[in-house]
Amino acid sequence: MTETLHTETLHAETLHQVALTVNGRPVRLQVPARRTLAEALREELGLTGTHLGCEHGVCGSCTVLMDGAPVRGCLVLAVQAEGCAIRTVEGLAPHGAALHPLQQAFADHHAVQCGYCTPGFLMLALAILEEDPDMTEAEMVERLSSNLCRCTGYVGILRAVRAAAASWPRTRPA
Amino acid sequence: MNVVGKSVARLEDPPLLRGQGAFAADISFPRQLHMRVVRAEVAHALLVSVDVAAALDAPGVVAVWTGEDVAAIPPIPFRATKLKGLEPYCQPILARGRVRYVGEPVAVVFAEDAALAEDAADLVMMELEELPALLDAAAPPGNFDTTHATEPAVVRKGYGAVETTLAGAHVVLELDLYIGRHSGVPLETRGAIARHDAATDTLELHGTAKKQHWNRDEIARLLGRPPSSVHLFEGHVGGGFGVRGELYPEDLLVCLAALRLGRPVKWIEDRREHLIATNHSREQRHRIRAAVDAEGRILSIENTFFHDQGAYVRTHGARVADMSAGLLLGPYRVPAYRVTGHFRLTNKTPAATYRAPGRFEGSFVRERLMDAIAARCGIDRIEVRRRNFVTAAEMPYTRPLDALGTDVVLDSGDYALLLDKALARFGWTARQEEVARRRAAGEAVGLGLGVFVEKSGLGPSDGVRMSVDASGTVELVTGAASVGQGVETALAQIAADALGVDYRRVRVVRGRTDRIEFGSGAHASRVTVMSGSATHLAGLALRERALETAATLLQAPREVLRIEQGVVRRSDLPDGPTLPIGEVARALAPGMPLARGQATPGLTTESWFHSDHMAYPYGVHLAQVALDRGTGKVSVEHYLVAYDVGRAVNPMMVEGQIAGGFAQGLGGALYEEFRYDERGQPLCTTLADYLIPTIAEMPPLDILVTEDAPSPLNPLGVKGAGEGGTNAVGAAIASAVDDALGGRGLVTRLPITPREVLRMLGEIEA
Repeated sequence: MTETLHTETLHAETLHQVALTVNGRPVRLQVPARRTLAEALREELGLTGTHLGCEHGVCGSCTVLMDGAPVRGCLVLAVQAEGCAIRTVEGLAPHGAALHPLQQAFADHHAVQCGYCTPGFLMLALAILEEDPDMTEAEMVERLSSNLCRCTGYVGILRAVRAAAASWPRTRPA
Repeated sequence: MNVVGKSVARLEDPPLLRGQGAFAADISFPRQLHMRVVRAEVAHALLVSVDVAAALDAPGVVAVWTGEDVAAIPPIPFRATKLKGLEPYCQPILARGRVRYVGEPVAVVFAEDAALAEDAADLVMMELEELPALLDAAAPPGNFDTTHATEPAVVRKGYGAVETTLAGAHVVLELDLYIGRHSGVPLETRGAIARHDAATDTLELHGTAKKQHWNRDEIARLLGRPPSSVHLFEGHVGGGFGVRGELYPEDLLVCLAALRLGRPVKWIEDRREHLIATNHSREQRHRIRAAVDAEGRILSIENTFFHDQGAYVRTHGARVADMSAGLLLGPYRVPAYRVTGHFRLTNKTPAATYRAPGRFEGSFVRERLMDAIAARCGIDRIEVRRRNFVTAAEMPYTRPLDALGTDVVLDSGDYALLLDKALARFGWTARQEEVARRRAAGEAVGLGLGVFVEKSGLGPSDGVRMSVDASGTVELVTGAASVGQGVETALAQIAADALGVDYRRVRVVRGRTDRIEFGSGAHASRVTVMSGSATHLAGLALRERALETAATLLQAPREVLRIEQGVVRRSDLPDGPTLPIGEVARALAPGMPLARGQATPGLTTESWFHSDHMAYPYGVHLAQVALDRGTGKVSVEHYLVAYDVGRAVNPMMVEGQIAGGFAQGLGGALYEEFRYDERGQPLCTTLADYLIPTIAEMPPLDILVTEDAPSPLNPLGVKGAGEGGTNAVGAAIASAVDDALGGRGLVTRLPITPREVLRMLGEIEA
């Protein structure tokens, strides 16, 4: 067995300052250039609701909103989020408050089984509904096809997003 | 109010919706190290040497181990069955002398953070002498090592005189069928976090799933520790499907490292690793022969198959091959049967169970055979199945076969009734007319079906401990586990009805070895049957104890008392005195007068349920497909799953299981396959190559859950619901595609890719 007995300098890499807002709160990060946004949210800020399912941009479990648009948290570097407004699943309903209507729709329509893909789907659906709650079902399916779920067969997810769309406020809150 | 049978809201959802889940990667401990596994990049080679010097010098690296460093640890064991001789084929936790698949762990790096560990892992150098890769389980066996061939076992079962039926048969049919290699691929990859609490000499493993107690016992044995000093913990589990929660080399490595390095050790698998290192499944080639009379009645079946186990025997041993052999016959009466299952190793990722193991495969084979019999005898595909069904009057129906070590006794069922219901719901006749019309207009459309018997509720026993605290909250501790399917809600519903409380007041503790001494985990659609029955018995026992105690406290006869919504009341005096069960619990606390005569103080009980036989749910899948002559794309236009589960504890969750299971079956039928090149390099190592169905691939799906045949084997009448959505998707889609191609039996392999469809379209048009 081979072990080194000394501790190396942990962060040999250069750290970069990044200023952004996360769920409405200003945040300053110090991260190496290679750290992804999803990793920074999870490791630096403790926002572990953003899940990593593939780290190559296919499954969408790490979907967060960046200035209102859904992005793969695994394909965006934290340093690229400089000056951006990031929203994550933790921002949907404040701690202890009632569930967001979209979260409630996911519960009502059994859109959750293991829950691993759920935060990504919630943020993707939020972006869809904020953009256009009146989009056709075909368009909705097309948009939702960018994320993967392995448990539900998507039946409950589609029902939930449709139900949330039906009662979505048509005038955008300020 | 009874909640069993109602689609009540899941207890699991709120934290999952808020992003407050505790999945493996979410678990961290102070001063933890990160492990990175260095894996073989060649499918088959002699491992001459491993040079770790450069990796050891890399920043943040604390230790690097090779096979030599862990040579004292025995290989990963398997759960015993009757088959002998599998031991030499078990996997060492790090390769020694030879590597046998791309992805095999060869070395491990421990570093201060995950990125530094990954950097250093790239610096580990291996010297290899490449050997020819064996990639076809139906080819003659090769050498596993210098003394063992690559066929660890042959599974043989059977009954009746197969030979004599051949002579008297109207026809003898022979089919050569292949099921591709695919697997569970949960959205959460595996993870394992170990820490050793030196103060109490307790080794903890977090991020576990499925089989905590068995895994705990084996980890303890392999590391030479008493089992009571090792504990496994389950947080949230991001999908199991058979593959997650088995004991893998990485689980042992983090435990060993936590002990040796004196710091917590965390390992999180990446997706490429998952696709080459976590269990694969399914790959089997069947040569099946059936003797049939002139009316299409089966006289005998002979089933020879080659099971591609991949490079090593894993924790399941030969169970998938065993189930493929023992459960092939499904709902049909077969007078004579002989099966020879060649359980063989190849230079691919090791394989084991995936949802409906041995049955997805067997249903494809059996139902292809039934379609072939119908075509050969000139009988309708529905009629040939009806003629061969085991009837409701024959239940319980004993087959002279065993599977998973239990005799196959079909406990209850009315297969013909469910087929009728399914055809009516699907509109089979009307769709036949539609198909005929569209074919006349030049379209390639077809209908298909698959009928099957599932299995569930594997014994032998399960226990729960149920207690009421002073607030009236019920704690149910079970040795079962959850892989995200809603175990807590289902068990809480059963507990609530038996005891007389609101199901939302039941806290279910599962998947941890420190709270209950025994457990069998969550697999084989067993939890609702086994743990559910134990929960039911515990609830009834606790209710009785609460009522006896309340009778004393309220000075009322026991017979007039009942418990509703957690409150004891008199049924004869609606306005009479009441007593919350929390108060009953308080009166039974240690030192209280009423507790003195009791063997155990407190309002608490432990109950066990035992079962020697499995419960067999059954189902029908019906499909309508259209083929695109230009691209070869298979469009599933409509799909029905009809499934009899005996009794549905939560119909919403049963339908959820079926829909999700169907999507996985659809993947195996049309999209998902682990392909390899001729040197054994895996070609599907990202989710862009391994194609999980998205929402865009989901057809209109109809689900019919029936409760016509409750199981007589348990007090609730339940049968497991987890695998029927998957079971016959390959069978029904193949049947429909074949029908669209003219019903000639051209479809002989899964998945049915666009390229295959184009080839077959070319064949019929040539």
